[in-house]
Amino acid sequence: MLIGENILLALSGLKSNKMRAFLTMLGIIIGIASVIAIMTVGNSLNTSVTSSMQEMGANNLTVGLKQKSYSEEVTESGMRFGAGFRKSMTSDDYITDEMLSAYKEEYPDNIDAISISESIGSGTAEDGNLSANVNIVGVNIGYLSINELTLLSGRSLTDRDQEEGRKVVLVSEKLVKNLFDGDNYNALESAINININGKYYTYTIVGVYEYEENSMFTSESDEDVTTDVYLPLKTAKEQNHSEEGYTQFTIVTTTDTDNETFMEQTKYFFNVYYAKNENYEVNVTSMESMLESMTEMLSTISIAISIIAGISLLVGGIGVMNIMLVSITERTREIGTRKALGATNASIRLQFITESVVICLVGGFIGIVLGIILGSAAVTILGYDASASVQSIIFSVVFSMLIGVTFGYYPANKAAKMNPIEALRYE
Amino acid sequence: MAVMLDLKNIRKSFYLNTPNELEILHGLNLTVDKGEFLSIVGASGSGKSTFMNIIGVLDRPTDGYYNLDGVDIEKAKDWELSGIRNKKIGFVFQTYNLVARTSALKNVKLPMLYAGMKKKDRLERAKELLDIVDMSDRMMHNPDELSGGQKQRVAIARAMANNPSIILADEPTGALDSKTGRKIMDIFHKLHKEQGKTIILITHSPELAEETERIITLKDGEIVGERRKQ
Repeated sequence: MLIGENILLALSGLKSNKMRAFLTMLGIIIGIASVIAIMTVGNSLNTSVTSSMQEMGANNLTVGLKQKSYSEEVTESGMRFGAGFRKSMTSDDYITDEMLSAYKEEYPDNIDAISISESIGSGTAEDGNLSANVNIVGVNIGYLSINELTLLSGRSLTDRDQEEGRKVVLVSEKLVKNLFDGDNYNALESAINININGKYYTYTIVGVYEYEENSMFTSESDEDVTTDVYLPLKTAKEQNHSEEGYTQFTIVTTTDTDNETFMEQTKYFFNVYYAKNENYEVNVTSMESMLESMTEMLSTISIAISIIAGISLLVGGIGVMNIMLVSITERTREIGTRKALGATNASIRLQFITESVVICLVGGFIGIVLGIILGSAAVTILGYDASASVQSIIFSVVFSMLIGVTFGYYPANKAAKMNPIEALRYE
Repeated sequence: MAVMLDLKNIRKSFYLNTPNELEILHGLNLTVDKGEFLSIVGASGSGKSTFMNIIGVLDRPTDGYYNLDGVDIEKAKDWELSGIRNKKIGFVFQTYNLVARTSALKNVKLPMLYAGMKKKDRLERAKELLDIVDMSDRMMHNPDELSGGQKQRVAIARAMANNPSIILADEPTGALDSKTGRKIMDIFHKLHKEQGKTIILITHSPELAEETERIITLKDGEIVGERRKQ
């Protein structure tokens, strides 16, 4: 019956002693604000990472070579740990074309495409005074179909380009904009010189593709943006003087494939070839599993920082209790008077618990607002879209109420149990 | 006439069960009729404050029988005593004891709040009471903006809030000058005559006691004199 009156009473108490109220609330404010800020940053990061990873294709499996672990041999061979001791990769270790075709034959229903790429390096495409930043990547046909490039003009790379190792390339519209004044037709069949660490490579442009902004890295301006130049995989290998075979490739599975099972099957299939290899084995990862571990990592960080914020809330709660104890001592006569006027112990207890809850809630509310502002600011500086987590706001409100009740109970109970006569006589 | 208070063989000791146990009240007997205006006088240390605390059910006697308006206090639970203080007794203290930083109006409303009265009724009754003590024009003032006499008038209005059967006034004029004290006493007389309130005045002043119908004199925890006036 008295809750409404008690809330008003507590608020007017706060108003009449603003500085003390603020200092009391500070611990709560800082605690709640940091929880909310961290949660906001975590939440925004999570949303952005998830969506950009999904854009990259959650159906993909990545097959790669991985060094075998020798942990069981450490004691036998004494000092044999650290990667430095391992033999470097040789052509014997690579995944071969034979393995790939055998694999394709084994699972025709599961494999949609296999994408392989090999990087030559980054450099600048130059034409007189004009230049554009590029990455040169050798790709197979599967790579192009997986990455769903949209051709604006010209043609894509063909099987014949691949087989013959032709020096033809696909370039982005951004590169055309920088080097050819945006004239896609003019760019076609033109030669392009690319400088990688002082070494020049010359290719013929056969197609221009539409540049899609990657939401994860958008810090570069239009002129400085680095885009990919695609050339046939075989051409890249020849230019790199690298051996036949691959260290990594990506599989796009068909829609009705169970990725979990297929991951295991793929791993088993390739490791048959590597059973006798001393140094390397095949490892298969999926976007999904990467996404999971990423999300897990983010939430672990969030939880860890939240625990620290929780400690700050605990300290804040103790501050509230401290002030409540001071307050009831100061108001001993008032408590005595209220008891003489007919207040029961329960209503005195309720009055002071309400007061402590109100302090914590007001502090919590300020903290939430401050946290959202700080979190959003941080997220905006990092270049993501801010999204506050509703969960953490609800959590904060409930938690600050809980602090109020927990740390208000002892002082309130002390007030409730005061002897009215002694309280009335208190000077 | 109906009996309002009936106290028999009231004893009060402090430091119970310790070597320095101290008996302050040595078996007091007192019967107060409804509508009586009586005073309890005694020097300081005579036990009159202790006696008042027992009459006002702020404290329980160590031994003895106390019946207040039909309620056996010995058997009542603590929360029931709160209810009795709330509805049957109106306290007026020497030090006023208004709740600080709270307007006169809110102070008067307080006992009604604990009684669970409706908001509208509380406001109406509080205004009416402040009017009786002639404090209507200052009802929005906080205690620190009021003089001693004004504070005491608000305190009397507050004591009357739940229309109690007894008003217990502990040295109500003790901190006031004689002129202001006179005004306060006039209010008590008015409440007694017009509303038929039972009023118990605790004082050390013989002149004030002379104004009441019956004078009980306490000394060293015993009633040493009782004089009924006409």
